[in-house]
Amino acid sequence: MITKFARLEFELFTKPSKSDFLRDRQRLTFMDFSQQIAQYIVTGLTIGAIYAIVAMGFNIIHNATGIVNFAQCEFISLGGMFMYSLVVLFKVNLMISFFISTVGVALIGALIEIGPIRHARSKEIIILIFLTIGLSEVLRGTAQEVWGTDNVGVPAFSGENPIHLLGGGTIVPQHIWVFAITVLVMLMLHYFFKKTLMGKAMRATAVNRKAAALVGISVNRMTLFSFAFSGALGAVAGIIIAPISTTSYDTGIMLGLKGFAAAILGGYGNFAGAILGGVILGLLESLGAGLVSSQYKDAIAFFVLLLVLFLKPTGIMGYGESERV
Amino acid sequence: MKQKDIIGFGALAVIIIILPLFVESKYYLIVLNVIGLNTIVVVGLNLLIGFAGQISLGHAAFYGLGSYFSGILTVNYGFPLWPAMLLGMLATGAVAYLIGYPSLKLRGHYLVMATLGFGIIVNILMGGLEQFTGGHDGLMGIPPLTMGGLAFDNDLKNFYLIWSFVFLCMLAARNLINSRVGRALRAISGSEVAANSLGVNTADYKVKVFVLSAMFASISGSLYAHYITFISPSSYDFYYSIQVVTMVIVGGMGSLWGSLLGAGVLTCISEALHIAKQYHIIAYGVFLCLVLVFLPEGILMGIYNLFLKAKTKKHIIKADRH
Repeated sequence: MITKFARLEFELFTKPSKSDFLRDRQRLTFMDFSQQIAQYIVTGLTIGAIYAIVAMGFNIIHNATGIVNFAQCEFISLGGMFMYSLVVLFKVNLMISFFISTVGVALIGALIEIGPIRHARSKEIIILIFLTIGLSEVLRGTAQEVWGTDNVGVPAFSGENPIHLLGGGTIVPQHIWVFAITVLVMLMLHYFFKKTLMGKAMRATAVNRKAAALVGISVNRMTLFSFAFSGALGAVAGIIIAPISTTSYDTGIMLGLKGFAAAILGGYGNFAGAILGGVILGLLESLGAGLVSSQYKDAIAFFVLLLVLFLKPTGIMGYGESERV
Repeated sequence: MKQKDIIGFGALAVIIIILPLFVESKYYLIVLNVIGLNTIVVVGLNLLIGFAGQISLGHAAFYGLGSYFSGILTVNYGFPLWPAMLLGMLATGAVAYLIGYPSLKLRGHYLVMATLGFGIIVNILMGGLEQFTGGHDGLMGIPPLTMGGLAFDNDLKNFYLIWSFVFLCMLAARNLINSRVGRALRAISGSEVAANSLGVNTADYKVKVFVLSAMFASISGSLYAHYITFISPSSYDFYYSIQVVTMVIVGGMGSLWGSLLGAGVLTCISEALHIAKQYHIIAYGVFLCLVLVFLPEGILMGIYNLFLKAKTKKHIIKADRH
């Protein structure tokens, strides 16, 4: 069972292979089949949780500044690679590594805002979007210099022994960690944005920058915090998925772009939508890869993205901000 | 045609004709051809970015569609070469219309998301549809273009072919910019609301310019396929889309001659770093960031403006002394 699970994991998280589920289907009994579906759902929810966190990062910056921050992808890679360096190379305690990696990437996010974004001579949205693309390349190139191009593993937070579930399915503890940490992150964000003064100030800035500035909110500082937050969120996503899928200097690109698709699916800028979008996308991808074809696994998210843009561009939970002209 | 343009295009024509006489190494000829191919894509993309104020992160897909239409139709189905290229161009334009129409009807930057998704899907399909595209191994044996009895089968002949297309595309772009459509587009990039209130159908113009820019990319892709005679999905990935966007910005958004400069400078940088491929990404990223932060109008206009500024400063200092 462990080996079979490992193989499934491998197929779902690495490059598409041609060995289709359909081919093995004849050999499987019904029990196996339902187990497999359960497995796909667990995997789908796990990856969906990651997309949701990443989508949240995109949303926070979008709400604060109106830009699409493509450097979000690099935050994920950096989180994973920081974790790898600390835990595997320097043998630092897991909890401490988690903390340092998250704060480290949050700082990088903040530096991006303090440096290039704030000092850009043109504040046009289109220029700033391009700037995040450039920054993302600089970060990715630097990461490649520092860590090379190999995929590296990070040890799971609490062992690799699968836990048996009711109904015969199994789950690797790391999946539970992913769910738990995602829920915790979401609750913290909810608390922050609904209950604290700073969170309210950030929401005010998102609604109307000028009005926020008029009532004494430092819009610049809110933008700075939004970048730091997205950095931290990206890092957390990269860190918790690393033990399952391994990590490398460019893992963040696909995860990040799919997280972006999840944000659009949920409704760009909408926090509840980010969670919903992430989970739906994760499930679609995992079930699609398992039952239809693993070759087009990566295409599923982007196909959904196009469908949403064409059919309901405000996303599932959108407020209808996007007017037609 | 303005005098400035006549001089510009005249100089370009002369340079194209005589340049190969001075280039002895085959390698430099290849680099020049790659610059030409990139320039066509960049000129088209610049119409979209510089004049319609929209971002496309999927131009690699349109470039690739041109290549694969030409490649598949001629290799697998024995199509005649030029009609295959034309068909590819029209089909790419139609696809761009399907992508652009729904996303450009919306206010905001929806095109960037649509083209991003589309680009990645196309790239995956190039590898996936093996029976047509040859999968990740690529498509081989694409015949070189011919004209009359002349086959464009070496680097020099392709130089003249590619750069003739560069010349024509730039001329077309210039005429477009200086026409009624161009004025409408410039009004849109200035202020969409103002343009709209003056009766410019902004969405319509944006879709048209997007389709046109996809067609430019498709032409370049077809030329590439017939020149190299081999195509594979890795030439058309997300990274290429970012590369051409970088060229547009470095050259200057909305600057026709800047497009040529941007494509030239960055293609040369890529080639210079050929041995140290890992520095590619950093070099492009740093270049992109520096230009965006300090010279958002691109290196051509940016340096010119700095020069003007310095000059006026000097005058002021002089005036103070007197």
